[in-house]
Amino acid sequence: MPTTNNKPVITASHLHKEVTGPGGILTILRDVNLQVNAGSSTAILGASGSGKTTLLGLLAGLDTPTTGKIQLFDSDLSTLDEDGRAALRAGRVGFVFQSFQLLPGLTALENVMLGVELGGDITTSRVRALETLQQVGLGERIDHYPDQLSGGEQQRVAIARAFATHPEILFADEPTGNLDQDTGRQIIDLMFSLQEAHNTALVLVTHDVELAEHCGDRMLLDQGILEYHDA
Amino acid sequence: MLSTGLRFSLRSISRDWKSGELRVIAISLMLAVTAVTAVGFFTDRVGRAMTRQAAELLAGDLVISSPDPIRAEIRQQASDLNLTQAHTTSFPSVVLHGDNTLLTEVKAVSQGYPLRGQLKTARKLYGEVTVESNIPETGTVWVEPRLLTQLSLQIGEKLQLGRVSFEIARVLAYEPDRGSNLFQFAPRVMLNHADLDATGLVVPASRVTRHLLLAGQEATIKRFSTWMQQNTLPGERMLGLQDGRPEMRTALERAEQFLGLAALVSVLLGGAAIAVATRHYAQRQSDNGAVMRCLGASSSLLLQMFTLRLIWLGGLACLLGSVLGYLAQEILSSMLAQWFVLKIPPPSLWPIVTGILTGMVVLAGFALPPILHLRQVPPLKVLRRDLKLTTPSIWSLVLITTLVMLGLMWWHTGDLRLATMVGSGSILTIAILWLAASGLIKTARWLDQGSGMIWRFGLASLTRRSGSSIQTVAIGLGMMALLLLTLVRVDILEAWNRTLPPGTPNQFLVNIQPHEVKPLRNFFQSKGIPAPELYPMVRGRLVGVNQEQVGPDHYQNDRAQRLVSREFNLSWALQMQEDNRITAGKWWHDTSATEAGFSVEQGLANTLGLKLGDTMRFLVAGQEMAARITSLRTVKWDSFNVNFFVIASPGVLEHLPATYVTSFYLGDNQGEFLVELVQAFPSVTVLDVRSFMNQVRTVIDHASLAVEYVFLFTLLAGLMVLYAAIHSTLDERLQEAAILRSMGASKRQILKGITLEFMSLGAMAGFLAATAASLLGYFLATRMFELSYGFNPWVWIVGIFSSAAIVTAAGIFGVRSTLNYPPIRVLGRFPTK
Repeated sequence: MPTTNNKPVITASHLHKEVTGPGGILTILRDVNLQVNAGSSTAILGASGSGKTTLLGLLAGLDTPTTGKIQLFDSDLSTLDEDGRAALRAGRVGFVFQSFQLLPGLTALENVMLGVELGGDITTSRVRALETLQQVGLGERIDHYPDQLSGGEQQRVAIARAFATHPEILFADEPTGNLDQDTGRQIIDLMFSLQEAHNTALVLVTHDVELAEHCGDRMLLDQGILEYHDA
Repeated sequence: MLSTGLRFSLRSISRDWKSGELRVIAISLMLAVTAVTAVGFFTDRVGRAMTRQAAELLAGDLVISSPDPIRAEIRQQASDLNLTQAHTTSFPSVVLHGDNTLLTEVKAVSQGYPLRGQLKTARKLYGEVTVESNIPETGTVWVEPRLLTQLSLQIGEKLQLGRVSFEIARVLAYEPDRGSNLFQFAPRVMLNHADLDATGLVVPASRVTRHLLLAGQEATIKRFSTWMQQNTLPGERMLGLQDGRPEMRTALERAEQFLGLAALVSVLLGGAAIAVATRHYAQRQSDNGAVMRCLGASSSLLLQMFTLRLIWLGGLACLLGSVLGYLAQEILSSMLAQWFVLKIPPPSLWPIVTGILTGMVVLAGFALPPILHLRQVPPLKVLRRDLKLTTPSIWSLVLITTLVMLGLMWWHTGDLRLATMVGSGSILTIAILWLAASGLIKTARWLDQGSGMIWRFGLASLTRRSGSSIQTVAIGLGMMALLLLTLVRVDILEAWNRTLPPGTPNQFLVNIQPHEVKPLRNFFQSKGIPAPELYPMVRGRLVGVNQEQVGPDHYQNDRAQRLVSREFNLSWALQMQEDNRITAGKWWHDTSATEAGFSVEQGLANTLGLKLGDTMRFLVAGQEMAARITSLRTVKWDSFNVNFFVIASPGVLEHLPATYVTSFYLGDNQGEFLVELVQAFPSVTVLDVRSFMNQVRTVIDHASLAVEYVFLFTLLAGLMVLYAAIHSTLDERLQEAAILRSMGASKRQILKGITLEFMSLGAMAGFLAATAASLLGYFLATRMFELSYGFNPWVWIVGIFSSAAIVTAAGIFGVRSTLNYPPIRVLGRFPTK
């Protein structure tokens, strides 16, 4: 188990998110409050369209709330512009997406190096990327391009890219959504073992209750309202 | 930060190339640069070749003329610069044969004459003409045909020139620099310069014109010319290639405009292909940009990465394009070499610089705007694929590309008017094509209702595809260029050639006395040749404008100095010549004023700074006469009709001693007519300008051919626009075909749908392109080249059918992979959330 302490990595208070659609204003999140501490793991459960991906985007600073406040690390995201939020993420925030989101023009090694380099570590990026790829079991496939890898392998590269920077927090959006059951299970084991090893906080967004059970905390997002979920 | 941007910019470039995203941009750019450099190299060479042919009319690259012996200092300067030299001395003199005398124009030429062009002679009167590689041997002369007829002489007989008796060795058929002074009334006698002193005709006070002909490298000639400008003494004159006959100048200017036009259409098409490809590239790269933003990349890093990638790619494509451009023009030049009398000179390296610069400007203007927007890609796009990259608004793109295009056109043609005209024509075309694209979509929607599945699939592709209108515009633009280059170009060239149609006058009769006018008309009629119009002519020197006395020193401009230093041929007429056009004021026929007036040719007025209302004073046969300028007019010098710089209203010149002048066409086998005419009217001077006209015609033919070859590259660039447009929809098509196939559609059904889509697109684009090309052609022909232009229905027929066929063939070729691609692979490539 990772060591959790009470130092919050993310604190979200009174988040509201509204979007304007063809039918008028649509409220996606209502008064969401959340705290994620260092080394902890939090699952956000919800049905399709419940707003869980929107919440993940807000917490990671990829989007801005209509009202409310998000504190990521020690910074108030509302005081930062797009570039400021990007700089805050660099090297400290990792992502694992359902659709892998690897750059098709880069090899597995280069994709992993990209995260390290954007984190500011140019000199040892190659060594760190190689190490992490070996940890995820892809030491032999470092020169392969994404389209030469299977779905499971691509997600391993994405996990390597996320952990190579030793991030303080990892956001995972339906990481097994595009994988078969067996591969999904392997990917989850890999992700949690690395999360434990690196003592990284994890925010996992999923509709899969079984997957959510791997996390220390589970929350349910229903019609824009977030509440603790007890299995 | 820069080093990170640099590294990232290089990292995936090879992979992106393989996946085809950058390939279209690179190939389009390479082709654009190939076209520009090939055109650049080619026009450079053709331009040099044409300049050299123009040099024929001077018999050298530069001529120094002086009434006094050419100063040793000038000859020394030419020697120091290693310029080839030759001398000529010309003067009027009477030759004797028995009891007969005749005033002739004697020309003594030194070894090496002519430095440019060739002398042509015949062994008998109106006999077969051959090229001479030498000058007359000492003791012999070559004479013009009319000297033989007027003195009833034969080849081999003797004539007396000063103190020496010369044997007539050849009939002089063509003398390159004779054209630079067409109105020489006396026939030519050419002798070897070594014999000149012995004749005793040239003494210190003699009225002679001495020419020093010079030839050499362009740069050296320029250096000499600069030196000469600073060291010219009164009486000395320098004649360069720009000082040839106005006919020649018109032909050369027209050729340059045609070639310039070809170059800028290639640039425009290259830009269109790049714009289409880059828009597509930017959309596809937005996913990568979003992932990088997510991982912490700043917007400036993205900007650097994508811009640098564009620069590497552009630089490489430009370099390759230049090399290909060089090779392409080498092949074309070797193909064309046989058409030039002279060896085509090698090109300068300047077109490489121009080509690469043009390529980079095209890239910056057409590709950079969408690339710049990549830095604004929202990181949220990693979670929401439906988020679109905000691309520059169509209007800002239109504004930017228009400005870039206009700038390039101006730079390439050096003619703001031409650039503006072609530019506004293009904008109009794009606007029409754009509107038509919307029209097409509406029509297709209407057709869609109640039609079968295949129709629905084909037409739905048109109506629902986001890029349909862009594609139609691009294809229409490409087709417009193709049509402009093929059918419309031929029409324009034909109209151009028609300005020198068969039957263009090739003989001038001058020195016709007033009492000979009627008998001459009768003589023509008796020989079954329609009598040509005869124009009165009075020679006068311009001595004043308004209250001011003028002379050559009054003007800075060389041409003005030369015009004022010689006598003007003045005429009078009640009616204006048919091919003249009034540009200011009124012809006296159109005005009630009875005041005496002059109508002045526009170019002359510009050169001499004359304006409407100025009074011109001429000295004619010792009397001064004056009149106000009441109109300015343009003259078609290349029509070979008798034309005058200055025409007086009736009543101004009639009392002065006049002769008459006319021009007419004589067929190749009507040489006898000339002999009979000369015998019947011995004092009338016949100027056979066929050789000179052939020279002008050859230049025009070569220019046409050059334009045709140059347009070949533009044609390729047009096809590239098509390719780029089709390629930009490939992903969409792969997915559509995969969905249809997974639902059970046969390959044949999909193929039919695709065929229908492209055929409709092609036909519509073809119709619009034909209309636009015809309008643009009409505009170019009538406004720019001042040619008459008739609309050709074949442009539409060929336009619609060929466009439908080409677009369908290219479309099916472009999307053929979608037919054979396993649906599962395609569908797997496009994960949905």
